[in-house]
Amino acid sequence: MSTATAEILSFDEAMEKFDPVLGFEVHVELNTRTKMFSSAPNAFGDTPNTNVTPVDLGLPGVLPVINRVAVESSIKIGLALGCKIAEKCHFARKNYFYPDTPKNFQTSQYDEPIAYDGSIDIELADGTVFTIEIERAHMEEDAGKLTHMGGATGRIQGAEFSLVDYNRAGVPLVEIVTKPIVGVGARAPELAKAYVAAIREIVKNLGVSDAKMERGNVRCDANVSLKPKGQEKFGTRTETKNVNSLRAVEHAVRYEIQRHAAVLDAGGTITQETRHWHEDTRSTTAGRPKSDADDYRYFPEPDLVPVVTDDAWIEKLRSELPEPPAARRKRLQADWGYSDAEFRDVVNAGVMDAIEETIAAGVKPATARKWWMGEISRRAKIADVEPAELGVTPALIVELQGLIDAGKINDKLSREVLDGVLAGEGTPTEVVSQRGLEVVSDDGALLEAIDGALAAQPDVAEKIRGGKLQAVGAIVGGVMKATRGQADAGRVRQLILERLGVEG
Amino acid sequence: MTDLTRLSAAQLAEKLSSRQVSAMEAVQAHLDRIGEVDPAINAFLHVNTDEALRVASEVDKERSIGDAMHPLAGVPIAVKDLIVTKGQPTTAGSKILEGWHSPYDATVVRRLRDAKMPILGKTNLDEFAMGSSTEHSAYGPTRNPWDLDRIPGGSGGGSAAAVAAFEAPLALGTDTGGSIRQPGAVTGTVGVKPTYGGVSRYGAIAMASSLDQIGPVTRTVLDAALLHEVIGGHDPHDSTSLTDPVGALAEAARNADVKGLRIGVIKELQGEGYQDGVQARFTEALDLLRQAGADVVEVSCPNFKYALGAYYLIMPSEASSNLAKYDGVRFGLRVVPDGAPTIERVMGATRAAGFGDEVKRRIILGTYALSAGYYDAYYGSAQKVRTLIQRDFDAAFTQADVLISPTAPTTAFKLGEKLDDPLAMYLNDVATIPANMAGVPGISVPGGLADGLPVGIQFLAPARQDARLYRAGAALEALLEDTWGGPLLAQAPEIAGVK
Amino acid sequence: MPEITREDVAHLARLAHIDMTGEELDRMTGELSVIVDSIKTVSEVAGEDVPATSHPIPLSNVYRDDVIGETLTNEEALSGAPDNAAGRFKVPAILDEE
Ligand SMILES: [Mg+2]
Ligand SMILES: [Zn+2]
Repeated sequence: MSTATAEILSFDEAMEKFDPVLGFEVHVELNTRTKMFSSAPNAFGDTPNTNVTPVDLGLPGVLPVINRVAVESSIKIGLALGCKIAEKCHFARKNYFYPDTPKNFQTSQYDEPIAYDGSIDIELADGTVFTIEIERAHMEEDAGKLTHMGGATGRIQGAEFSLVDYNRAGVPLVEIVTKPIVGVGARAPELAKAYVAAIREIVKNLGVSDAKMERGNVRCDANVSLKPKGQEKFGTRTETKNVNSLRAVEHAVRYEIQRHAAVLDAGGTITQETRHWHEDTRSTTAGRPKSDADDYRYFPEPDLVPVVTDDAWIEKLRSELPEPPAARRKRLQADWGYSDAEFRDVVNAGVMDAIEETIAAGVKPATARKWWMGEISRRAKIADVEPAELGVTPALIVELQGLIDAGKINDKLSREVLDGVLAGEGTPTEVVSQRGLEVVSDDGALLEAIDGALAAQPDVAEKIRGGKLQAVGAIVGGVMKATRGQADAGRVRQLILERLGVEG
Repeated sequence: MTDLTRLSAAQLAEKLSSRQVSAMEAVQAHLDRIGEVDPAINAFLHVNTDEALRVASEVDKERSIGDAMHPLAGVPIAVKDLIVTKGQPTTAGSKILEGWHSPYDATVVRRLRDAKMPILGKTNLDEFAMGSSTEHSAYGPTRNPWDLDRIPGGSGGGSAAAVAAFEAPLALGTDTGGSIRQPGAVTGTVGVKPTYGGVSRYGAIAMASSLDQIGPVTRTVLDAALLHEVIGGHDPHDSTSLTDPVGALAEAARNADVKGLRIGVIKELQGEGYQDGVQARFTEALDLLRQAGADVVEVSCPNFKYALGAYYLIMPSEASSNLAKYDGVRFGLRVVPDGAPTIERVMGATRAAGFGDEVKRRIILGTYALSAGYYDAYYGSAQKVRTLIQRDFDAAFTQADVLISPTAPTTAFKLGEKLDDPLAMYLNDVATIPANMAGVPGISVPGGLADGLPVGIQFLAPARQDARLYRAGAALEALLEDTWGGPLLAQAPEIAGVK
Repeated sequence: MPEITREDVAHLARLAHIDMTGEELDRMTGELSVIVDSIKTVSEVAGEDVPATSHPIPLSNVYRDDVIGETLTNEEALSGAPDNAAGRFKVPAILDEE
């Protein structure tokens, strides 16, 4: 077995000597109600082997029937990736024996994918746009789920036996395959992450997948090869399987680049093989090398008939497509009047949707940004969650901001109100009254505090009377201290000036 | 009282609906007959006594209270053991499925149940329908009721022998390269392969998906039409199922008349390679048809000579993939070698022990034909030949309404005679395979005897024109029965060893 | 077409997951050679311009609506299984110990 920590070269040195070539196969699980070829529910997390029909177990005599919605979702993905849609395509059988594959062949598409020749623009964090060419997007079915038992690690290695649940067998998949990605250089890991994020965003936006990577709705196989600087010919590639978080995609590509570089730099050769990603050690280990056992003996699936598309069908599906994410971003930035930098920060923080909803609920764009990029992001960071997962709703922000605008609370108090709301003490209004946080708006009480502050600092009072208006801050500070912050600073200032008979 | 087992299904149905005979009596008569002759014939792998009698009693009850019933309600039927049946074992004639019970019914079985036709049991076959003699069954060969030393044809020898031996009036078969028609020919019974897609394949254990078709096995052409109407028609569980209505098949059989019918004699499917007696009966049949007013012409199908070769690439290729699921994981046999074997080794040992020689031969051949570097030359080329065969049919059907040929080149051969010579065995299907390759329907009707053994005459029709088969088949049946003075099976000898 | 060798058959048997004894391999090699020899002309019959037929009766666009149907119970699903545990199909180790 290969050790988990093979020799690697530093990333910078690797980049000095080699150019990386990337390629991705991303599997997207569709969120249809039923499976690709059977009427069993396409559902996650149910009792094992209950979301199955005889078809999903590959029992003797069964036949597949194609799910129309799965085909339409696949076409939508193709359209969103700028692909051509095949006028006619068919399914094929990919023959190989594995216990999670009930028929010992996967029904997939081979020489005629439903969608081909597309491209998408990927925007990196600094705004650089990189175009990735899409080779194809094809329909296929998922396999069952294996649980490895009896070993120390729960891994396939060293297991005594395995258990198979076919609930996932036959779930519709679309496999999206890129053309080789060249010329990305040191930004390869970043691009890898951004590409998978973009695919996830596209399929989620289309509504065709739940797109939850942690549930395996989007799974990435990352191909990496290196070529010495200046060389045209591609090097031998490895395929790192099932890299299933955005962070892992970035790290796996970086690791494989460093590992390849070390091997090549030492005069070695790369073996064409699959690699397994290990999150714990952030490294890959060797899987199965390519062999003549990979003779899949593809042939057209005789139990299914071809999918034939026409313009009317495609145009109907095209008309159902939502606004593409990139176009939507452009539109929102213009609507909100954010600068490029402000908008990029919003996108990178993952709060664009939240801001859109907050604005829709009636908050000004600048105010919505202040909330999400300020207080909410700060709290999310401390809690180590995404800002959107903190439990702050647009309605809550509307109410909080309303209290501020009405002069009932100030910015500082609003944080305390938020604490109370998140602690489950009720609505902002309820928290304000229960915690007694309302600003002191009773002029009598304020005037008492002002008189106290003026008496405590007679020299300052004199300066103000003499026209030095900037000195008023010191008196305001005294009043705020006396009211424990529960006063509206603007109102306090106004009252001080009135008291001293000075024009503001 | 008449022997109920000697009645045709149509005759029995008539007696049942007029309540001259009860379904219980009809089923019991056939169960008794099975008990008597099947030890000698071995047509049945499983006899479904309790359920068949229960369904019969339900039919009698419903009929007694005057419920409207399907015309064939109460008429018993045997089912080839390649078709899955809930509540009964299904083996496909293989050790690998010994003891397996399907948790679901095939669509055709559901239709039999809906019509309240009692299922007598499951009939023997070559393992996974791979063979032309039923000798490749893991459960022993079936014997031909005409001569117990001879084969009943295959793969559906069990269904054909059961019907020929009066153990059942009706049976279901499956036909991938002739497995309904060739056994029909050598046992003196009627067998129909419907248009591909005319009868749902859902629940028929697949050998070669693009060739397989379920069809009727009967003693008369009318019975075949009646059964075809029960099992035929669209099924949403089969993507290759046609949406066309089944058509008025029984009506075509009842109004049999060949006057003005253009019958094309396929030049390539006669003469050399065909036994003299077979050729003689065929020529006599043509004379009778001509005398009855048919317009008999000769047609040429030059690409038929490649059909057998192309078939022996397509069939094993599809079969190698269809049979991959028998691996000891989800159902059926599991063989665990000594030590602590991996699942891979368990699969290898299970399939080695569970499959017979012919199945292994075809899986290996199919694996070869699909493997990298050979696909274009073999599977791809065979599919092109398929196109050429289809073109031959298209051209022939511009000259003729139906085509005609002997069903099989020889009468029943002796058990064991061709067992060690796969190629000689494969040649039995030379006349039946073209129909499967093109998806067109075919029927085999009894054509007389050669040296005391039955000869079959085959009609072929264009796709979706199954009714023409029943018209032509019933007409020839009537003409021949006139010359014989009754059904051919009336001439069959008593089954040896049976009192 | 090249000759079919015993090694070819051994490879095919591995691909097909069928264990074969030496005697079986010998016999199968002979039989396969005879069969392939008799059908190899098929590859020379049809020209480039002849399209392939994969379905005897051409149909297209046969679909199912995305509506949930009847499923098997866990008990029915496992009813034919050679071995099971915890509601799942039980299989021997997938990898050899290394
Ligand atoms: Mg892949
Ligand atoms: Zn895939």
